[in-house]
Amino acid sequence: MSPGEWPSTLFTASPHWRWLIVGYFFVGGLAGGSYFLAVLIDLFGAREDRPLARLGYYVAFPAVLLSGVFLILDLERPLRFWHMLLQSHTWRPMLKTYSPMSLGSWALLVFGFFAFLGFLGALREADRLRWPWLSRVRPPGLVGSLVAIAGGVFAFFIAGYTGVLLAVTNRPIWSDTPLLGLNFVISAASTSAALLILLARRRRSIGGVQALERFDAAVLALELVAMIALLASLGSMLRQWLDAWGLLLFVGVIVVGIVIPLLLYRRPRRLRPSLRPALSALLVLVGGFIFRMVVILSADGMGRPL
Amino acid sequence: MAEPMGFFTDTTVCIGCKACEVACKEWNQLPAANGGANTLSGDSYDNTRRLDGLHWRHVRFVEQFDQSRANGRWLLMSDVCKHCVRAGCLEVCPTGAIIRTEFDTVVIQSDVCNGCRDCIGACPFGVIDINPVSGTAQKCTLCYDRLRGGLEPACSKACPTASIQFGPVSDLRQRASARVAQLQRAGERQAYLYGADDTMLGGLNSFFLLLDRPEVYGLPPDPKVPSRNLKPGSLWSAIGAIAVGLLGVFSFRTRSRTTEVEDESRRVA
Repeated sequence: MSPGEWPSTLFTASPHWRWLIVGYFFVGGLAGGSYFLAVLIDLFGAREDRPLARLGYYVAFPAVLLSGVFLILDLERPLRFWHMLLQSHTWRPMLKTYSPMSLGSWALLVFGFFAFLGFLGALREADRLRWPWLSRVRPPGLVGSLVAIAGGVFAFFIAGYTGVLLAVTNRPIWSDTPLLGLNFVISAASTSAALLILLARRRRSIGGVQALERFDAAVLALELVAMIALLASLGSMLRQWLDAWGLLLFVGVIVVGIVIPLLLYRRPRRLRPSLRPALSALLVLVGGFIFRMVVILSADGMGRPL
Repeated sequence: MAEPMGFFTDTTVCIGCKACEVACKEWNQLPAANGGANTLSGDSYDNTRRLDGLHWRHVRFVEQFDQSRANGRWLLMSDVCKHCVRAGCLEVCPTGAIIRTEFDTVVIQSDVCNGCRDCIGACPFGVIDINPVSGTAQKCTLCYDRLRGGLEPACSKACPTASIQFGPVSDLRQRASARVAQLQRAGERQAYLYGADDTMLGGLNSFFLLLDRPEVYGLPPDPKVPSRNLKPGSLWSAIGAIAVGLLGVFSFRTRSRTTEVEDESRRVA
């Protein structure tokens, strides 16, 4: 590439976001996705599906806590994490509506509250907690439904804002497409469904797993379309992925994480029926992790020669 | 607010002495990199390489010679934070550490920054990086403390050829335009100003006179604000959320109905 052909995004510096951020993007996606699925099952599922919804709440709350730990540890000054929420000079709330990281910090706090409520409600339903009023924080009651819908909105935000955060930089790949948030939302849904399928396998009596498999297959088909759209939207910048990262994206994410699980969900004949959903789910989780890894780490080394 | 202040860097008179780099480091008490170990880059006389948390001024050496090295020229440029009117770093900073001062300059408050590093990727020029001593993002402050004391920034004070000129931005723009006209009259047709008008990020309060394409000096040809992707990125994410939500409702609603029908059948039987 001659100097005249360098796109402007190659003249920027890397923020050195590495494994902790990869971990956060993956676990945060699982937190948002699992909560969303739990809400979905609570609102639209059958009575027999409620144990599956409980699994979603059991995943979401610890995952959102782990997300917070990852984010704080990634700061150069971790003890100043609260500067994201309060102005350190005035103690007033610190919120910038046009900064995805600022919005995301608040959303993580609010979503953490909803995830905690769902977690307590699930424990109550499983008779692990005594307080009867906790039953009201989950549907089908009016309060529970309102909590679920509000929490579900924040769950989607947590699943997708990370992609918008990357787009609202000037880094190559990240800011060269507006579709990363879309792909992260869809991937959060597919990986969360996969995780719940895997966890539900250990408890065979749980209902709704087949519906979850149908959902995951449909989301994977959507993910394939979104992934192709993402690659197309990069235009000439796609050349930056003509390397080992691009190969990993194609093999690890598209083939292993989307196409093979999709085929396993749709054409199960060649594999033992009991093994099929578990293998599909495992591959979806691996693909979802590799996707975030490729997006974040590949951009770290991109830039013009000094 | 005081009048917007800035730098006009005339690269045609830069001699690559690096007095600006040294003055900046001394005034701002920036330590040496690598514990002071003397590492040579092998790239001309440039061992600083880039702007970062420890180097707020960087003199770039561009050698444009043919193979015999008999014909050619040097291009030298002292690079610095551009103090953009529409500053990407300021847009994304989630802690409020990055502020616009009364001099219309952009400053990172080190006691507020928590090192999230969002500003590093948001800067269109790759100016900011972490200072490993403070553990915070740092860059040129346009010597805010000196400006408050009525002094000019250390780099422009030290520049022996007036390549770095400091002053009110409106004055600097007039001076720069006159200099371009003078150079063009003298036959240097390639001379132009980079970032001196409002079209680039609302204007760069630190702008440059260049003799070649911006890329040659390590400057982006078309820098943009990061917020350009905020609306489309959010919109596409919302569309994704709606699509996933509908798929979910459809998957579980169907099951809910099927279960109800099965229950009803069992009751009838």
